[in-house]
Amino acid sequence: MKHLSEYRSGEIAAGLAERIAALVEPGSAYKLMEICGGHTHAIYRHGIEDLLPAEVQLVHGPGCPVCVIPMGRQDDAIAIAEQDGVIFTTFADMLRVPATNGSLLDAKARGADVRMVYSPLDALRLARENPDRQVVFFAIGFETTAPSTALTLLRAGAEGANNFSIFCNHVLVPPPLRAILDAPDLQLDGFIGPGHVSTVIGTQPYEFIASEYGKPVVVAGFEPLDVLQSIYMLLRQLTEGRCEVENQYVRVVRREGNERALAVIEETMEVRDTFEWRGLGFIERSALGVREQWGRFDAERRFELPGTRVADPPACQCGEVLRGALRPWECKVFGTACTPERPIGTCMVSSEGACAAYYNYGRLERRSERTPA
Amino acid sequence: MDEREVLERIEARRQRASRRLLDKHVTLAHGAGGRSSQALVEALLLPALRNSLLEPLADAAILELEDGARLAFSTDSYVVKPLSFPGGDIARLAVHGTINDLAVSGARPLALSAGLILEEGLAVADLERYVASLGTAAREAGVPIATGDTKVVERGKADGLYISTSGIGLVAAGSKLGAQEIRPGDRVLLSGTIGDHGMAVLVARGELELEGEIESDTAPLHELVAAVLAACGAAVHCMRDPTRGGVATALNELARASRTGIVIDESAIPVAATVAGACEILGIDPLYVANEGKLIAIVGPEAAEVALATMRAHALGREATLIGEIREERPGMVILDTTFGGSRVVDTLAGDPLPRIC
Repeated sequence: MKHLSEYRSGEIAAGLAERIAALVEPGSAYKLMEICGGHTHAIYRHGIEDLLPAEVQLVHGPGCPVCVIPMGRQDDAIAIAEQDGVIFTTFADMLRVPATNGSLLDAKARGADVRMVYSPLDALRLARENPDRQVVFFAIGFETTAPSTALTLLRAGAEGANNFSIFCNHVLVPPPLRAILDAPDLQLDGFIGPGHVSTVIGTQPYEFIASEYGKPVVVAGFEPLDVLQSIYMLLRQLTEGRCEVENQYVRVVRREGNERALAVIEETMEVRDTFEWRGLGFIERSALGVREQWGRFDAERRFELPGTRVADPPACQCGEVLRGALRPWECKVFGTACTPERPIGTCMVSSEGACAAYYNYGRLERRSERTPA
Repeated sequence: MDEREVLERIEARRQRASRRLLDKHVTLAHGAGGRSSQALVEALLLPALRNSLLEPLADAAILELEDGARLAFSTDSYVVKPLSFPGGDIARLAVHGTINDLAVSGARPLALSAGLILEEGLAVADLERYVASLGTAAREAGVPIATGDTKVVERGKADGLYISTSGIGLVAAGSKLGAQEIRPGDRVLLSGTIGDHGMAVLVARGELELEGEIESDTAPLHELVAAVLAACGAAVHCMRDPTRGGVATALNELARASRTGIVIDESAIPVAATVAGACEILGIDPLYVANEGKLIAIVGPEAAEVALATMRAHALGREATLIGEIREERPGMVILDTTFGGSRVVDTLAGDPLPRIC
């Protein structure tokens, strides 16, 4: 764990915080969006905002895979889980997401066989062990997790599995960013780019943000020093009048990404014409579906699904939070009607969701704004 | 409404007891020790059973006898899966857990009961092994299992074996321990590394492609507690064994019950490298992972050094550290000063990432 403690050193952080403070012009405002929910989580978990001057505001972006799944898809998942003979497998995060008639956890309490897994390969193993059951894996996530789903499909094909399928909800990072950049209420000065996604897709797919929209991007790792350094790099670009895609996470990310991972995605999945995002609406070419030749592993083809589009509850403002237009505490129902134990919106469920991260970790004014104790 | 007002409103809400259980079915979250468990107890169990012994919702009820002696009375059930794991098994947990609930209430454990629920089909050889383990754990701790009961349920109705234990203990004359005794300025001590038990059980389930030498810390704490009480007397204000929900949940309960704030220092909290590594991979915060042989002691500042030295002199407290202190500010909240130099809230979780670890 020496590796970890080095990336969490308070001493190095203090030095970096001083250099950040020196770059900031007093009284001006710098709004930086961290795209990825993993960064949102790290920012709150380590108290990173305490090391920033009041002028720097971090805005939480749409990169939380649980948060962006619309309620209709969650209803479809529960409909599959409640069919006779199905073992429905999912990452823990999705268990508590509210749908029209409760969550997957509620479906489990009503009798559905819902099981938590840590990887799609665990689901395939369950299929091998239960040949008389249909095992379905709830595939969610951005380009980060798509390769492991794709590899599982390849393995299922090699094994000739006939009782395994995935409910594919993989989504892509660049399309919602364009949607956010096109929004008329945009007030962002720069982006902290997602680290894990970029290990797969590289940094090249963000170049349109700099070239077409004139906003700097720094792709960052997930340790607190990574995040702090990426903020420093963004502020340097802003003060020097530069606008580029820079890579802070050089120990893992390359410009062209991981060609082998991209190849297995390409082999098994294709970009859907359109996909609904919670709070952001339908975005063209923003998600992946299973290719036709792998259709026998596609739960959407194998099962009858309601496929109904369900509007978000009227009180829910997850969309504004996901676009960075509202801060979590500015949502009408934050912390009152919507809490981690009884969430209305997805942002309150996942530990990477902005509302859950703020509720669980961040309910504290920033140190620079706190009255001395 | 500005941020501060929103936060104050939320905090006021959080400190109130739950009045209604809104869920339609029992879910695993209700058994996880977090806010869902709290709601189940406050909104459903307590209203139906309310009495002055139960009302404090402490680790043990304290019964006053006619001659002035005080008995501590506690019960706990064990449904851990798998039944055996590195460092212990369900039987040792059942003995240690109830002893520890008595011990942190300031009582010397006198006797235990054990109720066994067996599943049809359980191998007798396995049953023999767990009952032998039950006997060994009780003998090692010097607390007899004085009474017991056995029931058998049909195949598929229990995971082999469930154990329920109750215990009684004698509270030392004049001892006053409890959240109500916690004062601003008090120090928070922790007897050693956190998260060992929960991660040991999780790895032992074999569902993860994770291997590691993580052993449960399950142990009886009554001797460690007795040593601290003997050394520091009335300066010990409150004790807890942070089991389900971990140190984070235990401290939140204390902050809420004592209406004080608790500030802890991340860099002072010991976590074994293997546990930290496994938690990191799984995205689990060790502060929320169960312990079965760790003591949190809240002591007056004047006694902190002696209490720490006493813990460290005991085999179960060698890695004891001072992890934080009690503040007047932010009553009901636990704040962590991170190694990185920031601060954050440490809240009670809604559910638990690791069901059935005890």
